[in-house]
Amino acid sequence: MESMASAAIFYGVAALVLGSALYVVVGKNLVHSAFALVAAFFGVAVFYVYLGADFLAGAQVLIYVGGILTLLLFGVMLTNRIYNLNLRSGAIQVVPGALSAGLVFALLVWIIQSVEWGAMDSGDPGPTSEAIGRLLMGDYLLPFEIASVLLLIALMGAAMLVRRRGKSGS
Amino acid sequence: MITRFRQIEMRLMGPLTMIPIVLLLVILGTIAALPVVATILSELVADFVPPALQHLTIVVLGTAGFVGILALNPIYSIWLERKVAAHVQDRLGPMRVGWHGLLQSFADGVKLMFKEDLVPRDADRVLFGAAPMLAVASAFAAFAIVPWGVREDGTVLAVANLNIGVLYFIAITSLGALAVLMAGWGSNNKYALYGGMRAAAQMVSYEIPTAILVLVVVAQVGSLSIPDIVNAQAGGILGVGDWLIFQLFPLNLIAFVLFFICGLAETNRTPFDIPEAESELVAGFHTEYSGMRFAFFFLAEYGNMLLVSMLAALLFLGGWIGPFGSNPLLFFVKGFGLVVVQMWLRWTLPRLRVDQLMGICWKYVIPISFFLLVVTTVIKGLL
Repeated sequence: MESMASAAIFYGVAALVLGSALYVVVGKNLVHSAFALVAAFFGVAVFYVYLGADFLAGAQVLIYVGGILTLLLFGVMLTNRIYNLNLRSGAIQVVPGALSAGLVFALLVWIIQSVEWGAMDSGDPGPTSEAIGRLLMGDYLLPFEIASVLLLIALMGAAMLVRRRGKSGS
Repeated sequence: MITRFRQIEMRLMGPLTMIPIVLLLVILGTIAALPVVATILSELVADFVPPALQHLTIVVLGTAGFVGILALNPIYSIWLERKVAAHVQDRLGPMRVGWHGLLQSFADGVKLMFKEDLVPRDADRVLFGAAPMLAVASAFAAFAIVPWGVREDGTVLAVANLNIGVLYFIAITSLGALAVLMAGWGSNNKYALYGGMRAAAQMVSYEIPTAILVLVVVAQVGSLSIPDIVNAQAGGILGVGDWLIFQLFPLNLIAFVLFFICGLAETNRTPFDIPEAESELVAGFHTEYSGMRFAFFFLAEYGNMLLVSMLAALLFLGGWIGPFGSNPLLFFVKGFGLVVVQMWLRWTLPRLRVDQLMGICWKYVIPISFFLLVVTTVIKGLL
């Protein structure tokens, strides 16, 4: 009974993710597409919960939905003349597109088939945040620090770009 | 000159004249909390419920309890808000409907239900309709991790006792900003759009110090789980391991005050209510809403107020732990007490300007939060 409900939720969320992702690509309304992306990201967070990655799910919602998408919506809404925008979402170069998409699909299928997936024991997967913290502050300290320095540079670059040139403006 | 003194005196003394009202609120809150109280009573009937079903009982009763609280919360919160406002301004407030106007909000609620549901002709119907739902959903979903007590056998009374509780809180509340943006855009009205943009900018900005201040607590306790954080404050107010605001004095006290300020800003309450500043923006992002959809935004706003107050009570004021033993009712008293403080502040302080608002966040609150995080971590590391 429980596994039935769980499977139903899983496939429901999968349909939500695929449907909203499709809408992001083919939608004619930019703001609707941005909000459809919210649903797609949120569905991915649900998948993380299914995989027992609770910390990752929380971070996904916090960073993608709460941070990146809100800023993306700001960008979209502050765009000039957005109401009259005529989005083109037709197909140009059908053959190369289909070819590369098919190649990527085949590659993914091959990888998924060839990797030996460790099956998880049934039951509560247990907390992950402590292990992630230890790995980030221990084994992977250098990549972690490099990533934070990179982010700092990006932050300073952004502040630099929006600064007013010439006379000291307020 | 005399009138000026009179004004100041009213601002300070007004809240004191409502001590009886606050007592009444506690009683009302208790009535609203009855489903939860029933769960606490389930401790007593624990013998009758099979062990396998006990967790399910807590989840079902807890969900019912919080949905009940959240549905009733705006009704008596709005009544209380009007009473607080009236007493601060030397008025009486609603007096006609029921004893001291107690049934006024029920009457208003019925009125709202029967009001015409207007949708502007040029509105974006999908987003216009989805925004109130998202607002309420994000406010309600966050309550899933709010625990209201611990049983003697260590079972946490919460709908979901998540190991990443505080992270879930920060993540889910960030959905509220999206709802406000959706409402502002969907209404296709310049005031609504301005209000929505302001609200979202404010929420996103104040999310940063909120997260850092939560980290101050997390770094001291060493856990993201809310019951663990409360258990670390088990000393009450006079023992070892006191409520967090008494630990490392005055660092945690500052953290608590800043957390509360950020909570005010995230729920768009005065002095941070420029998203719905009446004098500039009509009503901000909910200008075009009427009837039930409008009521939904109020449901979300008062739900968020309660959520922020409860979180502050859990993280800094020891949750259900009092000076003399622990009791879930104590947690509700603390939570609703902080809601009253929010209302008091709303009717005492003037509204900030947009630039002042952002300046406070980025120039003062965020640096101080980072300072607190560094200092508390260093002290904890040395101890």
